[in-house]
Order: sequence, then C-alpha cells, then structure tokens
Amino acid sequence: MDNNWPLWEIFVRSKNGLEHRHFGSLHAADEDMALENARDVYTRRNEGVSIWVVKSSDITASNPENNGELFEPAQDKVYRHPTFYKLPDEIKHM
Amino acid sequence: MKSEHLYNYILGIADNSLILGQRLGELCGHGPSLETDIAGTNISLDLIGQTRSYYQYAAKISGENKTEDDIAFLRLERGYKNVLLVEQPNTHFGYVMGRQYLFDVFHLLLLQELQFSKDQTLAAIAKKGIKEVSYHKRFSGDWIKRLGDGTPESTAKMQEAIDDLWPYTQELFDMTDADTAMAQEGIGVDVSKLKESYYKQVKTLLTQATLEVPQSTYFSRGGKNGVHSEHMGYLLADLQYMQRTYPNMEW
Amino acid sequence: MSNEQIKNLEEIFEARIARDEKIEAKDWMPEKYRKTHIRQISQHAHSEIVGMLPEGNWISRAPSLRRKAALLAKVQDEAGHGLYLYSACETLGISREELYQQLHSGKAKYSSIFNYPTLTWADMGAIGWLVDGAAIINQVPLCNTSFGPYARAMVRVCKEESFHQRQGFEIMLKLCNGSKEQKDMAQDALNRWWWPSLMMLGPTDAESVHTEQSMKWKLKRKSNDDLRQQFIDQTVPQADILGLTIPDPDLKFNKQTGSYDFGAINWDEFWQVVKGHGPCNKQRISARVAAWDNGAWVRDAAMAHAAKKEELKVKIAI
Repeated sequence: MDNNWPLWEIFVRSKNGLEHRHFGSLHAADEDMALENARDVYTRRNEGVSIWVVKSSDITASNPENNGELFEPAQDKVYRHPTFYKLPDEIKHM
Repeated sequence: MKSEHLYNYILGIADNSLILGQRLGELCGHGPSLETDIAGTNISLDLIGQTRSYYQYAAKISGENKTEDDIAFLRLERGYKNVLLVEQPNTHFGYVMGRQYLFDVFHLLLLQELQFSKDQTLAAIAKKGIKEVSYHKRFSGDWIKRLGDGTPESTAKMQEAIDDLWPYTQELFDMTDADTAMAQEGIGVDVSKLKESYYKQVKTLLTQATLEVPQSTYFSRGGKNGVHSEHMGYLLADLQYMQRTYPNMEW
Repeated sequence: MSNEQIKNLEEIFEARIARDEKIEAKDWMPEKYRKTHIRQISQHAHSEIVGMLPEGNWISRAPSLRRKAALLAKVQDEAGHGLYLYSACETLGISREELYQQLHSGKAKYSSIFNYPTLTWADMGAIGWLVDGAAIINQVPLCNTSFGPYARAMVRVCKEESFHQRQGFEIMLKLCNGSKEQKDMAQDALNRWWWPSLMMLGPTDAESVHTEQSMKWKLKRKSNDDLRQQFIDQTVPQADILGLTIPDPDLKFNKQTGSYDFGAINWDEFWQVVKGHGPCNKQRISARVAAWDNGAWVRDAAMAHAAKKEELKVKIAI
C-alpha cells in the first residue's frame, strides 16, 4: 500500500465577491485534513474567507500538445470583440 | 495591588497557555509532516498571544511596574500555577495530540463562561480566544480519531497516551482560593461545574476514536498550587535561560 | 522522436524562454531542464526545512514573549516555504517522499550555512540580518524565472520573507543598544556568520559549473560574484549603523568601483562543509531523518483512517 499522503490543490477566495483562486498545493490524508492544512498553510496572513480543496488526481487537464487545435482557432474570431464593429463617432456610449 | 485574587486568577489561566505554547514550540521542525509542523506552530502562536494579553493585564493591575516578561520569565517554579497536564512532555505525537485535546475541551468550556465575566478585559480576551480554541479542539480531536481508529500500532500508541494523560484531567476542575473568590464576584468561572460536560465530550470522542475510556480513579494534582512534575524544572530552564543569565536587559 | 525532431523542439523551447514566456509543468521540456529544475528547486526546499533547525533551537529559549512569537512565526514560514517549493518540484513528476529520500541519504544538497551552530541568541539576529539578507538577494530575481510553478512559489516566498530580515536586524539593533554583554554577543555573532554568509552565495564564477545554462533559463540572473558584491555593499553600511565591525581587515571602500574590496574567502572551509564535514551536518540530517521516521506511524495511521472513512461512505451510499 502506498502510504504517502496524496496531493491536494488549494483554492482560496480572498474576500466575498471574488472567485476562488488556485493558491498552491499540499499533502493530506483526507479532505478534512486537507482543509485544516490549507487553513494553516495558505491563510495564516489573513488571505482568505473560503477554501476549496480538490485531490490533484481528480483534476483532468488539457494536454499542451493539443494547444494548437484547442486554442488557436479562437485567435482570428475578431467579430467576438466589440472593437470589430465600426460606429459613427457621434455615438459615445455603446 | 488592586486585587491579589484577581492577579492570581489571571495567572492561573495564563500559565496554562504559556506552558502549553512552550511545549508546542519545542516541536517546530520535528513533526511527522511539514503540514503538521505548520499547524502545531499556529496553535502555539495562538496560545502565546493569549498569554501575552493576560500577562499584560496582570502586569497592569499588579501596581508594581511589572512587564509581561517579568511575569513570564522571572518566577520561581512554585510561582507557576499551570496544571500538570500542560507541562507533560512531547513523548510522541499521540501524547502531543492527547494533551492538546484533553486541554482544549476544558479550555473552550472555560472561555465560553469567561466571556460573560464582569471584568471587561477578561471577557474580551476570552471572546477572542473562543474562536482560536474552537479550532484547536477540532484539530486535536480529528487527530485523536485518526490515530485511535488508524492502524493497530497507532491505536495502541494513542491509547497509551490517553491512559498516561488521564490522571491529570481531574486537576482541571479543582478550585483554588483565587478561583473561589473570583467566581463569587462574577469575574471568574466556577470550573468545578464544567466537569460533567467535559467528561461527557471527551468520552464521546474517545468512543468515536475506538479508544477505551480509562477507568483509573487515581488522579495527580498539584500544579495549580505550584507543586509541579519533574518535567517542569527542565522546561523552565529553557524558558528562563536568557532572562536568568542576563538579568535586567532589554531584548 | 528522432534526434532531429528533439533538436527542433529544443530550439522552439529556448526561443520561448528568450521571449520571456513561462514554461508550465505539462509543457514539453528538455530532460536537462527538468533535471536541473528538480535539483535546484529541491535544494532550495531542503534549505528551507533544514534551516528551520538552527533557529528552532532557540524558540524555547527566546528572551521575551514578543521575540518568541516572532521567531515561531518565522520558523513556521520556513516550513511553509519548504512546502511551496516541494509542491513546485512535484509538478515535475517527482514526489516529496523521493525528494526527502535524497535529502536523508545525503544525495541532495542544501545551503551550507545551516551546518553552522547557533550558539547564542544573537545568532537569531545574525541569521535574519545576514543569511536572510543574502537569501533575498538570490531569491528576488527568481520571481521572474522561466518555470511557472517555481516563479509563483518564489513570489509567495519573497512576499512572506520580507519580515524575516527586519526581524533579524531589529534583534541586532536591540543588542547593540544594550549592555556590553549584549553588544559583545552581537559582535561575536557577526564574527561567526559573516564569512559563511559570503560563502552561501556560492563558489566564485570561475568555479561555478552551472552558471551559463542557468542564466539562459533565468534560474540565475546574476553571477555569484556579482551577488556577493551586492550583498557586501548593502550590508557594510548596515553594520556601521549597528556600530559593529565586519571581521575582515581587508575590507575597504574602493572609490573607483564604488564598491567594497574584501579579503580572501576560505574556500577550503566552504568545500569541507559542502562535502558533509561542517560542524553540524550530521546533526541536521539526523534531526530530519528522526522527524520523518518517528512520524511514519502517524502518517500511516492517517492514511488507514482515511481509507476506513472512504469505505464507510461507499457502504452508506449502497
């Protein structure tokens, strides 16, 4: 049996109104310990109001080798951005 | 002095935090994982922070131009009023968590009453401490469950620690003269009344942790009156080393 | 992959770094890049956790409650920094346990400075002032290094580190404004920590094997000798403020260079310590090994308990 504590990814909401952001990782045997450790490791300078912990092995990540097909097709879709559309100068707010 | 009893009462509470904080501080860098080192240090820092608030208040009412450090470092062993439980050594991690939990349950019950003290300063320190100590209790309780209901080896070790620490629990509920006087004035807490709730909580957790509740009816006491265990002298030798070797200096 | 293809990938990779792009853990990287990073980041992490020991020594003997709390918080930060760095290293496909094994077996190195003993309270001041001062000089440029996880860990480390050096200097200042015994204690600490602090910034450029490649990968922005000069130039005036004497009779301000010239460093001592024969090498590693071995039953118990809880959850679900 592998007795090493698994790795967890820690997400912290710095204050209400903001999203949880990835802060780092740590080791813990279970989710309760992961939460407690996250509190002690990542919020001891008052950095957070809410914590998520996710087992690193539960995260599915895209493969950078596929970055071309995944992300590059979005690069030339300029019509998704407001600056693509020309308006007369008289219109100030749109 | 405004009140000898009040002064002694504050020290009776604060010394527990100081000595337990000192014990936890010895462990920093030597725990079973980096994560537990960081957690243990946080508890130690909470306790030392509480100690400072109490001592600063005690220094103020002593009327003798004392500082928090005079009170922390310059008493004879007999003058320290902490219970025997908190001075017990870090024999292994089971003892560390066992000592912590057996104290945390009491500590939280105490602060939950002390927050209603007629003494505004004590009430304020207690209110702040409740949040910290609630976390300590959750942390140590979780660990007792893990170690109690972990591997056969850990169950045996956790049981050993609980059995050895159990005899120090009754002293928590002894009333000193200062306790009695302050309880009568509505400043202090009648700790003897916390006993029932304490043992109920502790027994529930031990059962959850698949541990035996010790049946021993032999209890050790003395710390509250300054009569400590052999461990205390060594602890104080470390704690007081600088202040004793270099008297009357600022650091 | 053919050698040709790898060479092509390597060129693209180096060009990305040259353009200041960050490399993330899952990106393709040359094997040498991976290995070099594992070595440097883990060495850095080991230095943090071995570094907890000489200062941890004094937590129980700190002379005031205020100092005790500050020192505890500082040593705790070092544990945190070790943790951030081990995590960054783990993204490269090596576990913390493997890294610990390398430390315990003596295969991995850590900063030589932590093999010196902490003999007095003033050593807490000297370590914060000098050792952390030298470390910051090394670390700030790493916030911009090419490997994303390392750079992010360093941003966090540097942010937290900022109180460490101040804490050390404040200890020294208090001693220097105190009694004769206190001032002597401060001078004695400076005498013992000055040269090891200079050595800590690494061998001279002529003898440093990794520098060129490390510069390219932004693992290093300045050479060891440049860092050392920077450290000396910023520290000497601070010693003047303290009223302490730097233990180097050859130390002299050079008007032409605008820097301090300094005496010869005893590199034999440095290599002796690096090779494991410093005053405390054995003691430091033994302490780490003992912590790990004595904690094995605790870590095992936590895993066994987690498995039981998981089983129970499944049962309830059925």
